Amino acid sequence: MELLWDGYIQPGIWIVAKILVIVLPLLIAVAYLTYAERKVIGAMQMRKGPNVVGPFGLLQPLADGLKLFLKETVIPTSANKAVFLIAPMLTFILALVAWAVIPFGEGLVVSNLNVGILYLFAISSLGVYGIVMAGWASNSKYAFLGALRSAAQMVSYEISIGLIIISVLLTTGSLNLSDIVHAQSGGFWNWNFIYHLPMFVVFIVSILAETNRAPFDLPEAEAELVSGYNVDYSAMTFALFFLGEYANMILMSALCATLFLGGWQAPLPFLDFIPGPLWLIIKICMVLFIFLWVRATFPRYRYDQLMRLGWKIFLPLSFAWVMLVATFLVVFDKIPA
Amino acid sequence: MVVQALAFYLFAIIAVISAAMVVTVRNPVHSVLFLILTFFNAAGLFVLLGAEFLAMLLVVVYVGAIAVLFMFVVMMLDINFVEMREGFLSYLPIGVLVAAVLFVELAFVGGGWVMTDAKMAAIAQPVPVGVNNVNAIGMLLYTDYAYIFQAAGLVLLTAMIGAIVLTLRHREGVRRQNISQQVQRQRAETLEIKKVPVGRGI
Repeated sequence: MELLWDGYIQPGIWIVAKILVIVLPLLIAVAYLTYAERKVIGAMQMRKGPNVVGPFGLLQPLADGLKLFLKETVIPTSANKAVFLIAPMLTFILALVAWAVIPFGEGLVVSNLNVGILYLFAISSLGVYGIVMAGWASNSKYAFLGALRSAAQMVSYEISIGLIIISVLLTTGSLNLSDIVHAQSGGFWNWNFIYHLPMFVVFIVSILAETNRAPFDLPEAEAELVSGYNVDYSAMTFALFFLGEYANMILMSALCATLFLGGWQAPLPFLDFIPGPLWLIIKICMVLFIFLWVRATFPRYRYDQLMRLGWKIFLPLSFAWVMLVATFLVVFDKIPA
Repeated sequence: MVVQALAFYLFAIIAVISAAMVVTVRNPVHSVLFLILTFFNAAGLFVLLGAEFLAMLLVVVYVGAIAVLFMFVVMMLDINFVEMREGFLSYLPIGVLVAAVLFVELAFVGGGWVMTDAKMAAIAQPVPVGVNNVNAIGMLLYTDYAYIFQAAGLVLLTAMIGAIVLTLRHREGVRRQNISQQVQRQRAETLEIKKVPVGRGI
């Protein structure tokens, strides 16, 4: 009995608690990210954005959530029912499980995996299945076209993201996300975005494409595909896609902050008294603002231009950068131990 | 250890069942999805073995890249289930033959396997002490067997070039966008400013 409590039940409760501490704020963050998106884009287009429900429209995300919750879940008769229902769950689950390895502070991580960055990369490469399954199972041509586009797009941009991660890893010498953050300690001049500035830019653009955000939101191009892979989804199944997509945006921002912006570290050493998670949240918010800013600024890419950018520009560029970094490290004998 | 054992049986059972489903389900898309589930559970088994790096590689490469392309193709197939069943009997002898050959090979390999103390030690400690498995694999691939690894890379490169050569067709009469040309365009080449007198036009 003692063994059962100490060995299994107590750690089990502890793990569930840790997961809840991450997931609940994440879901609230997703809700308010939609609010922030509408407010920011509203401001950029000289509109007010949501301002009716609650003070400054602050209750709008809750009202939207409630509305989605109360609607009827419609399953098309010609849909492949099991796959149709698994797809949104998969999207949502993948967007949540990836958070297990993001370090929020010194030792503040659910699972300090020694291949953390690979785990993140693996999970984000699975994200495409939710979309592809949704598009296929809906048995509708719009959804299917959206899914095909998205599969090709995500696979293409994953390659450049992988190569960028490799070049960061070369200078860090570890696959562990906490070690990557530690390697950038001691002020913002040690952060990776300075040393890998071209790759930082490429990474930001690639995560826009990877999360299917404007200007690369071709999978849901509403003008041609109605809304792409999720046309046939309603109520909670749609909400799960929506939550997953926005959670993915936050995740990619967190990854960007961890790889390039020093994770939980303060930009100046004397600001260390502010707790690490707060710094990470500030950095995530900055990257998220770029997401929204870009959406309000750029028109949608044409599909062949998107592919050209991924394969003919980003891929050679990131390859060249990996070579350059590796050569530099060998020639100047700076390979991290 | 109970949790590990339970996890092992969970992964192993799901892997075997979904592998069986891959070949038995009718719908090829479901088949691919079961294949992905199999890969995923194999990755879980790798994690239990303490080979996280291999597990992640399996997910990234097989599930994240190869199976996506596979699914891409399979989804677009126009499948006629009746026709598919017609071929079953005519292909049966060949299928049985291939299976038999594979089984005999496996039996030979399994029959020749002798457990020695050195192998026992290697199982207990797959990675040298004090080195994590990423470093151990890197050491093997890039230091101990660097030339063989490079040769494997060359073989893959050749295959890739071959695939491109076989499939690349230049169609005539397709208008392509030349972005650098567009960007280099000067104002003088495209614009002509004219003074238009009132009431007369150009």
